[in-house]
Amino acid sequence: MSNIQNAFKNGKAFIPFITCGDPDLDTTAAAVRAAVENGADLIELGIPFSDPTAEGPVIQAANIRALSGGVNTEKIFAFVRELRKDVKVPLVFMTYANVVYSYNAEKFIAACREIGIDGLVIPDIPFEEKEEFLPLCRKYGVDLISFIAPTSENRIAMIAKEAEGFLYVVSSLGVTGTRSEITTDLESIMRIIRANTDIPCAVGFGISTPEQAERMAAVSDGAIVGSAIIKLLAQYGTQAPSHIGEYVRTMKQAVRN
Amino acid sequence: MTNQKGRFGVHGGQYIPETLMNAVIELEKAYDYYKNDEEFNQELQQLFNDYAGRPSRLYYAEKMTKALGGAKIYLKREDLNHTGAHKINNVLGQALLAKKMGKTRLIAETGAGQHGVATATAAALMGMECVVFMGEEDTKRQALNVYRMKLLGADVVPVKTGTATLKDAVSEAMREWTSRISDTHYCLGSVMGPHPFPTIVRDFQSVISKEIKEQMLAKEGRLPDAVIACVGGGSNAIGSFYHFIQDSSVRLIGCEAAGRGIDTFETAATIATGKLGIFHGMKSYFCQDEFGQIAPVYSISAGLDYPGVGPEHAYLHDIGRAEYVAITDDEAVNAFEYLSKTEGIIPAIESAHAVAYAVKAAPAMDRDKIIVVTISGRGDKDCAAIARYRGVEIYE
Repeated sequence: MSNIQNAFKNGKAFIPFITCGDPDLDTTAAAVRAAVENGADLIELGIPFSDPTAEGPVIQAANIRALSGGVNTEKIFAFVRELRKDVKVPLVFMTYANVVYSYNAEKFIAACREIGIDGLVIPDIPFEEKEEFLPLCRKYGVDLISFIAPTSENRIAMIAKEAEGFLYVVSSLGVTGTRSEITTDLESIMRIIRANTDIPCAVGFGISTPEQAERMAAVSDGAIVGSAIIKLLAQYGTQAPSHIGEYVRTMKQAVRN
Repeated sequence: MTNQKGRFGVHGGQYIPETLMNAVIELEKAYDYYKNDEEFNQELQQLFNDYAGRPSRLYYAEKMTKALGGAKIYLKREDLNHTGAHKINNVLGQALLAKKMGKTRLIAETGAGQHGVATATAAALMGMECVVFMGEEDTKRQALNVYRMKLLGADVVPVKTGTATLKDAVSEAMREWTSRISDTHYCLGSVMGPHPFPTIVRDFQSVISKEIKEQMLAKEGRLPDAVIACVGGGSNAIGSFYHFIQDSSVRLIGCEAAGRGIDTFETAATIATGKLGIFHGMKSYFCQDEFGQIAPVYSISAGLDYPGVGPEHAYLHDIGRAEYVAITDDEAVNAFEYLSKTEGIIPAIESAHAVAYAVKAAPAMDRDKIIVVTISGRGDKDCAAIARYRGVEIYE
């Protein structure tokens, strides 16, 4: 069984997303530790990409801050290796296909295994293209996370049946970013998923408030929050980790039951 | 084994978010149906002929030929199409297809503004809403085209992210499409992006080589020895090459934008300087750094200022069927002025890259050889920028 499933053992999971190197890797390390101490069950670590086509303005800006701070794939691998000495929760990388491909996919995925990364979230690898990385992910025991979107409809069962680690359920149309309202009929989507797989499902995109997180977690197994955390980094910079810790505590309380 | 759908060798594919998958599948199904539908093809042919002004002329550039003293040069005059470029061929096809699919809104990216103008035009003609994403940098370089699009009833959204050029406009159009799919068709302007776009755009642009072939056979009774076209994403080039791919005697030459030179960082010559990668929905060659970050590219031409190239060109390069050469800003500007003075034809600065290669290649070829240069667009839009390049400020 995948280590990722451990993230869903303490009630509903809360999953923060943090861009590595925004504004520097020391801040990222402190933010991850603050999140874990305050109840984060799994951390999604973003490897920045120059042209993140699935991101809204908030995470786009984080990518730019991180890249202009000089972070790169090598530095992030070294950072995770160090982080793993005391951080035990499951960790996944979120990045774009070209970051993995250009590094040499096998070298990249082998490195994930070696430094303790449990899964890969790659928004520009849909079901049809997963063979690009899946055989290597299997070889090295790294879960390739699948997405279900509000537009997936007739594709939900097909995707769910083959999903590994956890399923990333996209709450709304569009790119990442906070939303005042989420109107997708997640209950119906979840019913189809549940009929086809037992792996946990976490809902992401657009969630920022404890009320939203509670509502999303109520119909699934957890909530993923990115932009709201990145906003704290944009606002407080190197001082953000304590604010992130506080925010994670509130959010974990909201999703717990 | 990776997905073989929409592949050109290893290139192509569908590397897009799950949110868009059903949209591209729906598009593929609709296209597979309508491409063989007699009524659709009749309507499109009528739009091509009566609205866009096709067939475009194949003009024997006699003065240029004599001045260069080598191969006989013909110009395929896509600049004479309605809206002034080859872009209208693809747009009329996609807009008609979108309309048949029940879509009421077109979105598009644009670099030089020619594709944006063409999309705004088709939207006006067919009574559809239109939003065009354009890099803020390009809205400054091509202010006249921004005005034209607005005049045609389109909204123009200046894109401020990244390098604020064509690649960022594509990213923003893709983002917009994920947020509004049910009534919206993304009218992609080049032979790039996820399957089925590279195939759809190629098919609609292939009218260029179909006509060249017919016209050349009528005028010369034989095929040309070389076809030369500029390559950004590569739509006018693939359109110019397509019906000659099986004719191995015809050299196919794509001219990339070298910017200030392929040995500088200020270049957009993807095949000359890029490496294999995955971006904007496709596997192909991209200008990028060692960690896969997409490189900020540069060319004087907003339409060629793109860090990737269409997957079919990448494949034609791999198998050696087409040759790709890099033309600098300087060479393109010289060719822009040369064609204007020699033939009285002001080419788009994009097309001037193809003219520049013809000027270099023709003198070395025998006089019984024939080359065709596709003039993909007209150069009115570039006059202010070229004047600036020569140190002259123009006030309108």
